[in-house]
Amino acid sequence: MSLNRRSINYCIIFALYLNTMQSTASDYLPIAITFMVALGFVVLVMVVSHLVGPKNISKTKLEPFECGIEPQGNARVPFSIKYFLVAILFVLFDVEVIFMYPWAVNFKGLALKGLLEMFSFIGVFLIGFYYILKKGALTWED
Amino acid sequence: MLSLENIINGIHTWLNNTFDPTLALTCEFVLLGITAIAIFAVLGLVLVLMERKVAAIMQIRKGPNRVGPFGMFQTVADTLKLIMKEGLTPDGADKVLFNLAPFIVMIAAMLLLAPIPFAKGVQMWDINIGVLFISAVSSISVIGILMAGWASNNKYSLLGAMRSGAQIVSYELSAGLSVITIVILTGSLQLSEIVNAQQNGWWIFKGHIPVLISFVTFIIAVTAETNRAPFDLAEAESELTAGFHTEYSGMKFALFFLAEYINIFIACAIGATLFLGGWMPFHIGNWEGFNAIMDYIPSSIWFVGKTFFLIFLMMWFRWTFPRLRVDQLLNLEWKYLLPISMLNLLVVTVMAIMGWYF
Repeated sequence: MSLNRRSINYCIIFALYLNTMQSTASDYLPIAITFMVALGFVVLVMVVSHLVGPKNISKTKLEPFECGIEPQGNARVPFSIKYFLVAILFVLFDVEVIFMYPWAVNFKGLALKGLLEMFSFIGVFLIGFYYILKKGALTWED
Repeated sequence: MLSLENIINGIHTWLNNTFDPTLALTCEFVLLGITAIAIFAVLGLVLVLMERKVAAIMQIRKGPNRVGPFGMFQTVADTLKLIMKEGLTPDGADKVLFNLAPFIVMIAAMLLLAPIPFAKGVQMWDINIGVLFISAVSSISVIGILMAGWASNNKYSLLGAMRSGAQIVSYELSAGLSVITIVILTGSLQLSEIVNAQQNGWWIFKGHIPVLISFVTFIIAVTAETNRAPFDLAEAESELTAGFHTEYSGMKFALFFLAEYINIFIACAIGATLFLGGWMPFHIGNWEGFNAIMDYIPSSIWFVGKTFFLIFLMMWFRWTFPRLRVDQLLNLEWKYLLPISMLNLLVVTVMAIMGWYF
């Protein structure tokens, strides 16, 4: 029951928060304009460069660069799995970081209760971190 | 007093008095676009020149000094040269991805200019989710880098892109956490409100040691995120030729290059806004005379000064520290910076609850 009330409280606080931060589509107009300007700038530069630049294509020129020797084998070589592991860990941790943004904005409204809950959240986060550390996910030297 | 805000307001009133509102609005949008491109181009040129001059000073040599006074037009000449070069797409490259990558990197860099408060009342886009927008858009550029590396059909490019991807996503965590400490202290994601909260002192002074720790973490993280030395593994010249942009030539290369410098500027501008008070002048307690003198300096000068100080700091790093290995780099982030910034966040939270800041 208490949990239920607490979650209702959160919903109310969040609704109030949304209400104070009402934004409409027109608020995002400047970013649309900036996007258009950026796209226009890049396209213009590329077109000008294409028109001005020389076009003498030869077979050796189009070879992938490999320090002057002939390219050996396929360029899409398999690489270390550890990069993939870093990406997966990033996804996990970044979601947790993103989750802190709404709390950080209105944690004064949530006061001590919100603080304690965030502490337990970060506690779980640190336990998970300790686990991956012990599992050796963060050792890169073989 | 002549300030950017007055100039902009003057233009606004003049346009509205001369033309009807719709035309005036259109004119303003056109002007905004031209200004954005101008800022962008000028910043790129100035920063490249500054990089070369700082490098020259650090190594006791002159640097570019032939084109124009003190070599000031060197980067303009370089850009013109790059525009007139041939843009190649190598054999076996994924043509669409290869040509799309510079667009993504460049547009992501340019979008980030919108929410930055350049001076008092001068902000292209004052949105309530400013900080979130910046952390979201700044991570788009890694997609462009990975695309470039994969599409190039070159082993160096692939290795460089993979390193760069791992590095950028790792350091984004501690950059995000150190930004959150300021969001906690201010209670807002809006950049103009964050600046206003620093009226009576910048966060780096008001927030004591915890904010200092998050500032240092932030600077380290953005240095890594922008692929700067000592974290420039992605384009380590001695091992990978040029990393992910080995195969790029002409204007496509120039776009990557420009985007890199714009990203440095933006990272430093965010650092200056969050920690060093943005365009707020430096004040000491109740020294009325001193504060009045500081107020007399235009706010845009304050902003540019702080940002360029941080940029200079990053260039200084480049000539001070040797390059890290990739495992050392990831160790630094995952075993030191991430736990430290996590615990620091808790300390800042307690500090904000208890009101232990001025």
